[in-house]
Amino acid sequence: MTDVLKVENLHVSVDGKPILRGVELVIRRGEVHALMGPNGSGKSTLGFAIMGHPGYEVTEGAIWLNEVNLLELEPHERARLGLFMAFQRPVAIPGVRMADFLRLAASNMRNPDRQEGEELIPMRQFRKELLEKMQQLRMDPEFARRYVNDGFSGGEMKRAEILQMAILRPKFAILDETDSGLDVDAVRLASQSIAEIGRKEMGLLIITHHDKLLEHNPPDQVHVMLGGRIVETGGPELARELHQKGYDRIRAQHPEAAEAERAMRAQTAQAS
Amino acid sequence: MITETGKKKPQTDIAQVEINKYDFRTEERYVYKARKGLDEQIVNQISDLKGEPDWMRQFRLRALKIFQSKPIPRWGGKLDELDFQDIYYYIKPADRQGRTWEEVPEEIKRTFDRLGIPEAERKYLAGVKAQYESEVVYGSLREELAKQGVIFLDTDTAVKEHPDLVRQYFGTIVPPTDNKFAALNSAVWSGGSFIYVPPGVKVEYPLQAYFRINAESMGQFERTLIIVDEGAYVHYVEGCTAPMYSSESLHSAVVEIIVKRGARCRYTTIQNWANNIYNLVTKRAVAYQDATMEWIDGNLGSRLTMKYPAVYMLEPGARGEILSIAFASRGQHQDAGAKVVHCAPYTSSRIVSKSISKNGGRSSYRGLVRIQRGAHHSKSNVVCDALILDPQSRSDTYPYIEVEEDDVLIGHEASVSRIGEEQLFYLMSRGLTEAEASAMIVNGFIEPLVRELPMEYAVEMNRLIQLQMEGSVG
Repeated sequence: MTDVLKVENLHVSVDGKPILRGVELVIRRGEVHALMGPNGSGKSTLGFAIMGHPGYEVTEGAIWLNEVNLLELEPHERARLGLFMAFQRPVAIPGVRMADFLRLAASNMRNPDRQEGEELIPMRQFRKELLEKMQQLRMDPEFARRYVNDGFSGGEMKRAEILQMAILRPKFAILDETDSGLDVDAVRLASQSIAEIGRKEMGLLIITHHDKLLEHNPPDQVHVMLGGRIVETGGPELARELHQKGYDRIRAQHPEAAEAERAMRAQTAQAS
Repeated sequence: MITETGKKKPQTDIAQVEINKYDFRTEERYVYKARKGLDEQIVNQISDLKGEPDWMRQFRLRALKIFQSKPIPRWGGKLDELDFQDIYYYIKPADRQGRTWEEVPEEIKRTFDRLGIPEAERKYLAGVKAQYESEVVYGSLREELAKQGVIFLDTDTAVKEHPDLVRQYFGTIVPPTDNKFAALNSAVWSGGSFIYVPPGVKVEYPLQAYFRINAESMGQFERTLIIVDEGAYVHYVEGCTAPMYSSESLHSAVVEIIVKRGARCRYTTIQNWANNIYNLVTKRAVAYQDATMEWIDGNLGSRLTMKYPAVYMLEPGARGEILSIAFASRGQHQDAGAKVVHCAPYTSSRIVSKSISKNGGRSSYRGLVRIQRGAHHSKSNVVCDALILDPQSRSDTYPYIEVEEDDVLIGHEASVSRIGEEQLFYLMSRGLTEAEASAMIVNGFIEPLVRELPMEYAVEMNRLIQLQMEGSVG
């Protein structure tokens, strides 16, 4: 049976302010979904809510991985079930080497019942695997010794996220603007890498403003988010249209969502 | 699988866990145990039992008077509950030479297993001195050291075998008058290491206390004296991450180090005390021209630790470095820090202090940078970072800077941080439990110091932090 990630009528608030207002989404393992939409429409919020960030409060609706209600699980439990998110701005963990972090993470993912303090993947075996993956992603081996995201350039951060995905081999991955801040070549490399590390093994939700990242990962479905809801779903041609012409048509066709977008923006402006 | 991953681990009381994990007791087997309390008679008894020369007896007796005349310090941690008359000041351990590994209780062996203590070290810790695998290693090391003229003995033996050398330096760096606990140690000291490195000799391997085979074991009142002669080098490593259990609640060591012209000494300590211990230590080094003294000091456990390794830079070009880590958990107060005194021009120092407080623990950084008149062109840099893991815990910083010269460079940075929600979430989103994530962040925090440790200690340190963090988050 194919694994299915299902988001049902999801409402999410941050600091008491509603951001998502009834999101519906079904992703099967092996599919590529693109999630597009103007800034502040709630794309990243959907990602954080699926991963279980404590600051994102689900007020209504449900998230299912097959028969499992993800809302009852901690982030690490969701991760061990096969969920992954490549963050737009991953935080630095000073003093912690990439290799050590990834070894512990991979040990947990491959043995989801592993208890704290139990054996890790043997060092030699893991190092070999890590070096191979890094080579595949054209990364300097020195990278493994650097501290997690500490002093990384924008491009290095994104590549580190992709490396983690390659090592952890999730069932479902959310890529949050993995193309932002990268130049054209870097985006192409990222796009290729995602395809190479086994897109077909995963269900992908690619959050993006551009269609470049989709070049090597043609989406089965393209979703447009506006005002905290998915208002339209189509094929690759929809991504091209949005990339070329922007969101005016979407706003015009979905006045209720456009109104919600204006309200959210006003609230944000007031708050800041 | 769901029920497995969804299952919450039972909450455990961390104080209890810490006791169970790290503490062990052995059946008491003493050859001699003095009565409780402290007076002239007890000090004389100690001296008699050791068969010491008279000058040492007189030194002890004089120190006792100083101890009795000094008031209890009112700064630092709370010492009110310390009852000096309710303590045994001298216990001669059973003849450990005769003990074999087979005789070591299973329970202790299991504790070593759980901590992953290396084989050689286990036997030392268990009091097995006679034969173990590293005997061969030690044998050749000892031969090599002897060839180079290096002396490495327990201090009691050194007093007998090298009386002139010991007498020349003993009590000159930390005189009994220095403070109440230095006086106490001077009166009742026992054990500790004596090291002399002749001019120009660079000792390749770190000298570790557990290589001393004829040694009296670590005591409550250790006395260590290290002399690094001109252009020589030595790295001394003391303690380990295993718990040091003692029925007695007071430990008060004195360490004196002399680093002569162009020499370098590094002194690494990691100590993990049981929760009932008052650990009040005076560590001080003097560095002569172009000499370097480095203290690396890790403090875990204890009820109260007061320890401020010091370097006095006496001649131009001398350098002092003090790197310290303190970890305070429930019921623990780590009042640790550093002291650098620039007595000559063109001297430099660096202090890096990292502290972690958790479960209501309290850690304080207390440091002194003193630049005396005439010590122009001196440089000192102080960095102290505190990590607080929960709202119940506490961290304080008491930096003292006394400068009597204009042309000097002094830097001081201090930071206090809490483990960020974003860092925790990031690591948890990669499958780490909250405890694993916290431990990883803490290990990262102290990494800049841990990487200065010899490999096996670094590994143990990380493991220890992990054990300290396990089951502690909820």
